[in-house]
Amino acid sequence: MKGTGIVRALLAGMVIAMPVCAFAQTPATPADAQAIRAEIDQLKTDFNARLAALEERLAALSGTPSPAGVASPAPAAAPAAPAMADVPSGAQGGGGPEGAIPVYGNVSAASKIFNPDMAVIGNFTGAAGKNNVNPDSALALPESEVSMQAIVDPYARADFFFSFGEQGVNVEEGFLTFSTLPGGLLVKVGKQHAAFGKVNTLHTHMIPWVDRPLVTENLAGGDEGITDAGISVARLIPNPWLFLEATGQVYRGESSDVFHSSQRSDLSYVTHMRGYQDITESTNIDFGASYAYGHNNAGIVGGQDVGRFTTSLFGVDATLRWRPLQRSIYHSFIGRSEVIWSHRDQFDGTSKASGFYVSGDYQLGRRWYTGLRLDRSERATDASLSDSGASWTVTYWPSEFSQIRGQYRHTRYAEESTANEFLFQFQFAIGAHGAHPF
Amino acid sequence: MKLTGSIALATLLLGAVYADAQTLNVMATTEDLASIAREVGGDKVSADSIARGYQDPHFVEAKPSFILKLQKADVLIVVGRELEIGWLPPLVQQSRNAKIQVGANGYLDASLEARILELPQGQVTRAMGDVHPQGNPHFWLDPENGKIVAREVGAKFGELRPKDKAYFDQRVADFTSRLDVAEKRWLATLAPYKGTKIVTYHRSYPNFAERFGLDIINYVEPRPGIPPTPQHTLELIADMKQQNVKIVMVEPYFDLKTPNAIGRETGAQVLVMPPSVGGTKEITDYFKLFEYDVNLLANALKQVTGK
Repeated sequence: MKGTGIVRALLAGMVIAMPVCAFAQTPATPADAQAIRAEIDQLKTDFNARLAALEERLAALSGTPSPAGVASPAPAAAPAAPAMADVPSGAQGGGGPEGAIPVYGNVSAASKIFNPDMAVIGNFTGAAGKNNVNPDSALALPESEVSMQAIVDPYARADFFFSFGEQGVNVEEGFLTFSTLPGGLLVKVGKQHAAFGKVNTLHTHMIPWVDRPLVTENLAGGDEGITDAGISVARLIPNPWLFLEATGQVYRGESSDVFHSSQRSDLSYVTHMRGYQDITESTNIDFGASYAYGHNNAGIVGGQDVGRFTTSLFGVDATLRWRPLQRSIYHSFIGRSEVIWSHRDQFDGTSKASGFYVSGDYQLGRRWYTGLRLDRSERATDASLSDSGASWTVTYWPSEFSQIRGQYRHTRYAEESTANEFLFQFQFAIGAHGAHPF
Repeated sequence: MKLTGSIALATLLLGAVYADAQTLNVMATTEDLASIAREVGGDKVSADSIARGYQDPHFVEAKPSFILKLQKADVLIVVGRELEIGWLPPLVQQSRNAKIQVGANGYLDASLEARILELPQGQVTRAMGDVHPQGNPHFWLDPENGKIVAREVGAKFGELRPKDKAYFDQRVADFTSRLDVAEKRWLATLAPYKGTKIVTYHRSYPNFAERFGLDIINYVEPRPGIPPTPQHTLELIADMKQQNVKIVMVEPYFDLKTPNAIGRETGAQVLVMPPSVGGTKEITDYFKLFEYDVNLLANALKQVTGK
């Protein structure tokens, strides 16, 4: 690809040199002038034909990098030519750019058009009451999410979500989506939330509570969830009855406290099947089944993974939504439930833990929501320890871009400790945050 | 597995039959655009829409069932001006349909040639509410814009089905002349009330007001997308009394409590005025949309003005 740029520069040099040569010969008579003009025209035609031929060859070549050593040192010609960048591989053909793309250094208003959509979502939380097991800060800004999203080229789009927390910055998600592949495939590559159940795929500002349910905390990686670098392939399964989507994902195998990879081959795998059906115009049901498998950290002794233990997670989820179309901005109901089973191999055998939550959220008016959640979960490493809780939330939306939420939470921990807490949250978004998947 | 196989085969066969028939599969985001697509496409297209006419087009749920519809579309016609920004992008992305991705051949933004009003001047911030930085997207409520959209839709259909180009051109011409005739009638119906001051709930009717000579002096919403506040409602009532405003137009998807209270205080008539095809059962196409709205308004104006 480097060679391409050099040939380009040479061509540009020729373009600049040509008129200079033409001026060097001062015409003596009108006849001479005409002859010279004809000559220049001939040269121009020749040059254009050669240029076209060369460009054609360049376009064919630019997909493959030229071998090292072939590239000759670039001459100092073409100072006006803009710097060149390589065309993203795969962008050739199909009406896409060919050869090198000019990268203009000057900053103009028009260049900002290609800036990604950027947004910042603040999440300010507070907690009051007593909790001896898992206390949250009295006041905190646990996470500010910065998102940058844009279309990369005619074939893909990119989404980045950076989480600025009190411990530093983390790439929460950063992936490329190919949405126009043949075979009806939707492929995502990069770091992403695994398609395991519902809550795991949601960013903090999308969940209807201040916290995450106990089952997520105990079995599925907590706040961060099952998030890892990997490849996701999803396909719609054609059938005459309902929306059915199958997703298969392969990850590095390093995700929160759920999966741990000691060797390169310790990948983790996630599969998800999602069904959706409209019951009426205003009511619909969404259900899914998930499976995740990978190595865990139970067998690590002195830095060596001697146990080579694995964890399997099974999950089922269901969401019932009701939203009357004509009054859609005033009233709605969402009922959610997820059950997760964890089979975690350890030195003392397989720990089989399970947990669930069930919740209902009702929209009282244009700006007011209220919800209830019941949850219960055993702990992944010791299934004999079980936590249970109940929460009541009230949410107020000043506008689409901010919300204020209060949550009363009652938790009975396995340690015979009971916590009654009041949590609150202010969430606010600035910038152009892309729409969320349903 | 055998069942899956035969389903897949059946789907393929069905697909082949459809492709053979050369019917263009058109998805529009709103029923208005679907209606125009039907007018232009005749029996050479089948058109469907995502949002229903009685639904707030800003807040449509991106249901997976729409993904299935978009997956099969040859053309996607959108209103544009960021009306669908909150729900369309994930649907298009998940449609796995290269034809209708933004910038692809089958993607048509209907707003590009239309007359767009309320393009914000100066700095735009969210303090102004849910403002559309690219202008008011409710442009289809002007028949002149309907003609422009029809022309663009016809050109797009002709581009995708060159064999039927003459057919589409002829249908665009026919639609335009029928709309010309109807528009004259609608203008005549509302002519006696030119310059009448009205109030609307949301900024859905600027193009309608401009075409039919109405003067929108204020809104029930204090700012676009912000629900009515007591303070603003009191100011609005005072304003309406002072300027003798006797009509409040409300989109069918808004709550009537505040508009009715304003009506009681000011003696104004509250009209539930559908801004879209499908807004009520009677409005089945683009012509009936204006027929209904113009008559509704004219009857109310006759009562309140006595003209």
